[in-house]
Order: sequence, then C-alpha cells, then structure tokens
Amino acid sequence: MTAPIRRDVLQDLDQFRSEARQWLETNCPESQRQPMQAEDQYYGGRNARFPSADAQLWFERMRDKGWICPEWPTEYGGGGLTPQHAKIIKEEMKAVRARTPLYSLGIWMLGPALLEFGNEEQKQQHIPAIINGEVRWCQGYSEPGSGSDLASLQCKAEDQGDHFLVNGSKIWTTAADKSDWIFCLVRTDPNAKNQEGISFLLIDMDDPGVTTTPIELISGESEFCQTFFDNVKVPKSNLVGELNQGWSVAKALLVHERKLMSELGSESPREVLVPSAAARQYLDMVDGKIADAQLRADLVDYDMTMHAIGLTHFRTFEEKLADTRSAAPLVMKYVGTEAEKTKSELLLAILGSQGLGWEGEGFSKAELDTLRLWAMSKAMTIAGGTSEIQLNVIAKNVLQLPQS
Amino acid sequence: MALVLNEEQRFLRDAAREFLNANAPVEALRKLRDDKDPTGYSSELWHQMAELGWASIILPEEYGGLDFGFTGLGVVMEETGRTLTASPLLASAIVGASALLLAGSEKQKSSLLPKVAAGELTLALALEESHHHRPTHINTTATTEGANIVLNGRKTFVVDGHSADQLLVVARSSGEAESERGLSLLLVPRDAPGVSVQRTIMADSRNAANIVFEQVSVSSDALVGPAGEAWAVLEQVLDRGRVALAAEMLGLALEAFERTVAYLKEREQFGALIGSFQGLQHRAAQMQAELELCRSVVLQALSTIDDAPEQLPLLASLAKAKLNELVKRVTNEAVQMHGGIGVTDELEIGFFLKRARVAMQIFGDTGFHKDRYATLCGY
Repeated sequence: MTAPIRRDVLQDLDQFRSEARQWLETNCPESQRQPMQAEDQYYGGRNARFPSADAQLWFERMRDKGWICPEWPTEYGGGGLTPQHAKIIKEEMKAVRARTPLYSLGIWMLGPALLEFGNEEQKQQHIPAIINGEVRWCQGYSEPGSGSDLASLQCKAEDQGDHFLVNGSKIWTTAADKSDWIFCLVRTDPNAKNQEGISFLLIDMDDPGVTTTPIELISGESEFCQTFFDNVKVPKSNLVGELNQGWSVAKALLVHERKLMSELGSESPREVLVPSAAARQYLDMVDGKIADAQLRADLVDYDMTMHAIGLTHFRTFEEKLADTRSAAPLVMKYVGTEAEKTKSELLLAILGSQGLGWEGEGFSKAELDTLRLWAMSKAMTIAGGTSEIQLNVIAKNVLQLPQS
Repeated sequence: MALVLNEEQRFLRDAAREFLNANAPVEALRKLRDDKDPTGYSSELWHQMAELGWASIILPEEYGGLDFGFTGLGVVMEETGRTLTASPLLASAIVGASALLLAGSEKQKSSLLPKVAAGELTLALALEESHHHRPTHINTTATTEGANIVLNGRKTFVVDGHSADQLLVVARSSGEAESERGLSLLLVPRDAPGVSVQRTIMADSRNAANIVFEQVSVSSDALVGPAGEAWAVLEQVLDRGRVALAAEMLGLALEAFERTVAYLKEREQFGALIGSFQGLQHRAAQMQAELELCRSVVLQALSTIDDAPEQLPLLASLAKAKLNELVKRVTNEAVQMHGGIGVTDELEIGFFLKRARVAMQIFGDTGFHKDRYATLCGY
C-alpha cells in the first residue's frame, strides 16, 4: 500500500539517521552527555561565558555542522534540512544523551517569527546572532494590567518621526535580567480597537531608559522579571511586520510558545523523578504491586495520559508530513501542561514527607528539586495562555461554538 | 505512518460511512428493538456487509480474506460505532475469526474461515462466567471420555451467543481454578445436544446470551489448538477484540459529541445560543482534547496488532481503559447538555449512552485494564 517513492525517502532517512548517530557519537564530548545542573545550561548572550571548555567545543561543533537550527535556511547559518531530518537529529541527540548546546528563546520563539515576518535586513541582523548565541532574547508580552486579556496592553510606542518613544512596563519577562534584547508588543495606535493598534517591536535592553527587576516566585526562584521602559528611543527599523499589525506576528509566535510548553519537561537541569520509578523506591510493594490503592490508581492514570500524549505528538508529526490537519496541535498545550501539574502532585504524594523539604540537610537533591518543580509547575498552566484561555481557543477555533 | 490513514483507508472509511448511513442508521437499531427481532441484527444487512468485504478485512487471501489489516478494520468499526450498527462483525469476523486464525488447525481454518469471511457462518466466544471480565476464572470443564471431550458449565454475557452458528467455548481441561494453565478452546455447534441458550435483552438492544453446557460431547477435532494451552492465544484474541471495540467506541464518542456540539449551536436560552456559555464551552473543549488523545491511542493500538504484536497487551489495555472513560464521559455529557430531551427515548442520544455502558463491560471494564496496564508496567 506504500508507494515506491516513499520507500526511497525512508531509505534516505535511515541513511541520514545512521550518519547522524555516528557524527554525534564522534563529536559530542563525554562530559556533554551527563545529566545537567542549572549552571550547565548555556543561553549565550553578550555577557555569557561557556560553563566549560567542553560545552564550548560541543556548541561550536554543532554550530559549524548547522545543527543548532537544522531547519533554518543556510544563508542565515541554519542547516537547511527538512522537518523529518531535524526530528531525526533531535531523536539521535536524545539517544546518545547529548545536551542541548544552546538554550535560546531566540531559537524557540523569535527566530521562526522573524523568518516569517521580518524583512531581509532584520533576518540578516538577528538570525545568525541567534544561532551563534551572540544575543540572548526575552519576551515582552504581558503587562501588570494585561494578562489573559493580552490585547488590552498599554505599553505605548509613539511615532517621533525617526524613532519610536516607548513608555510602559512588561511583566513575566523570563530571564530579562540576563537578556540583551527584548521582543515586545506595544500599542502604536491608542484609538484603534484592542488588537488592531498593536505592533511588534525589537528593543535593545542596553538602550537608556530600560530597567529590569526580578520577581520572587513561590518556588523560591526568580526567573521572571518586570521590565520598565522610560522614554526609550527605538529605531523604526526595529518594527517587525507592518505598523499596527503586530497581533498576527504575536499569534504566530504564541503557537511556537505553546508547542514548546506542550513538549516541556523532557529536559530540565533539575533532577526530575519518573513517577513509576519513584513509586518503586518510595512506596511499599506487595507482590510487585503498589500497596496503596489510591496512589497506584493515580499513577496508572498519569502514565496512561502521558502514553496517549506521546502518541498524539507522533500523530501530529505524521500529519504534518502527510500534509493533513487535525485539531490535535491545538489541544496539546492544555493537555501537556495539565499533565505536568498532575505529575508534580503525584510525585509529591509518592515521596510523602520526604518530598516536602524546602532546602538544606535531610533531603536528597532529587527530593528538594521535586518540591521546587512542583511549585514551578503551577506557572505552566498560566504562562503562554492559561488553561482557561486554551479551552476558549478550542471552543472557538475547533468547535466553532458561538461567542458571547 | 501508523497514525495517519492512507488513501485506501480513507476511501474505505468514506464508503463505510455512506453505506451505514443509508442502510443501518440508528433508527435501524430502534426498529430491531421495537420489533423484538429474534436475531437481534438484520441478516440481510450482514450479508451486504460481507459482500462489501467487511467480514474478511483481517483474514489472509488464502481463506477468502482481503488482508487489509487492522487499521483498515478500525475505520469500519469506527463507522459502525457512529451508527450503532448491530451485526456479528465483532463477535464473529474479529474475535471468532482471530481465534481460528491464530490457533486453529489447517483443516479448521480452510473449512471454516472462508465461510466466516463470506458471512455465511457466524461464531461467538463463550468465555465469561461471572459478572465481570475474568478471563482465567474458568470453571466450565472439558473432560476426556474415550475419544470425546465432554463439556459442563455455565457461560454468561456471550456476545451474539444466541444467534451464532458455532460457539468457541473456553473450558478448563486441567489446572487450578483461576489459573492461566489448563484452559482449552473448543468449537461447539450452538444446536449441539446439551447446549441450552437463553437470549438476554441488554441495555444496548443488542445481543448477549447465557449458555449452559450439560454433558455436551464433542470429538477431539473440536479442539482449537492444543488442550490446556489456550491462554496465550486467548489473550491475543481478546486484545484484538478490545482494540476493535475501542475503535467502535471512538466512533460512538465522536458521533455523540458532534451531535451535542451541533445542539449547543441551535438551542437558545436566556436569549442566547447555549454554546456561547463558557460553562458549557470548557466542558466541550475538554472532551475535544480527550478525543484527540483517544484517536491517537486507537490508531496506534490498531497498527500494533499488525506491526508490533509484542506490544499489544499494553496498547490494548491502554485503548480499552481510555475509551471506556471517554465514552462514559461523552455520553453522560451528551445527555446533560441536551437537557430534558436528552432523557427522552425519542432522541437517539440515549442509544449511545446505553451502547457505551455495554461496550465498557465487554472484554474488561476500566478497572480491569488499569490494573493490567499497571501490572505490565511493573507496579
């Protein structure tokens, strides 16, 4: 039932897979195949230093191979490969336990939007700098008064002839205190209806008038910040897409963010326990079964959900290859982040009092990390569009239910 | 590309939908129920389905089959789930045929399978002996007496048991009670002396039977596979049945859900379409999310039968447990969201609700499959 052409393609991919595996085996240093600590993650940027010489070597080899962004065009430093090839690289990296050489919001979010909406000059200025890890980006969307209702945002950019004058503030700007540039949604037409007067602007955070303060979270971390703009002059060439058309850029970018969030949890510098393995370690077993009926039932529910989510990721990928569409991608942020929260609650229950340690002696790193990840997981169904907003989107775009 | 239908499979789905809408819509089930039809399904419809090749989709060509695979079968099952079509497809063409195919002698296969494929002969699996699916809890005995084997025992919830020509009886030749060892599978004509069949009218207006075997004597040719060693095959047969049923349940859930969403777009209260209320929108959206996950599970489970049978137990239990939960949720919500008319017999939603409950019990309820999945995962 398979057409001959597909077999050729498959053979080609098989060949690519074995070459990729071999290249990774040869080029990924042993130290870059070990579980990561937070300080091992390399985010790049103007002031960044590589965590180790091996990390630098590994990054440079991947960069020179074109595999930092395998799907991006070669003229900007990408690999120019198909999604199938990129997926194989990802799978083979996982298979040899290779670390991600460069963590980057530029790669995950801004880059794809720039490639779609940016002009040639912007692509040349920013895409290679993203791939080379020279500039670290953060995102400026939400504001203190504009969370789920993002389109009500008030941070304004006034046309001053040769530049925009930006005033206002952005909140939940992830790692803004360590970033070089910020991509922002700003109001450029105060008289237009909500989404219609918004533009997408790139701002250099070294510009005078930009300040950032971290926000301490329930997890004890402060990866989120608030960023203030006080009479910041931004060149007009930093406008991405048309004036007042920023919403469409933002929407495209949000799709990338939601996709990213639906796949999160696979890689973390924290020691992430696997619930079924933790259960065997922390719970009483009788005849090979978890004695606590409630926990056993909760665990099997979680495992089944994750099994189904994994299969659905595969399905959306196959649908992309086959050029067919389903509603599956639109539900993945919702189910993926809800499952992450469920996992954290489950792990806490499995660890019992040993999972409640905040810091210090008496707890292993994995135990302490479990609690911090539990607190952090609460943000997952809020950031990038709350679960409630996701359900609104499904109701509107998939089910086409009437809007009130 | 196990998780996306190919062109032939899509064509089969469209053809199946068209045929079933024209020939076997939900009204047909209502009519069978109201007429108290003695067979419980339309023999004429079954012959038409067989002519379309549906009874032979999974069988090899040498036995008159189409050899179209389980993913192909799945699209037909899904469509029969949408129309709640009563037929021997599951009991005979999938479960019965799989038992013969996997365990039968060459003589049994060549003499019986072509007839099953043509819809001329129907089979039913006589397995359950209690109110819950406990496939190893078999007390029906198979005792050797000279050249013959004598069966004694009681079976219940035998799907299509009152109409099948031949029964595939699971009986104990040896071994401890509840043990996987010592089980045998035997072919027994439904009208054999000593077999008494009580048809049971179930909630879904389809067929099951209580069957008593009293000194039923058959020749040793009736054995399907070696005596005492039926478990390995039985488990595979049951898993195939579970996955096929999960595909039917997916169709059932999709249809009930789509009808409900359509109703949300036409029913007005408080001067607004009720589908504009967030309280209903979010519940509908959550069901959509579950439906997407379940579709992936069903497609993977179907392709596992053909491509990776060693993974079948895990996938079959995943599929049956997930789909059990899905149809329960979707049919309950369908009734609730329809409001008052949802609980009337006139509206067809009630038929979906009732079929869902029967399908949930067949070959293992949610608890059975979660326990099995957990056990397979090693906890």
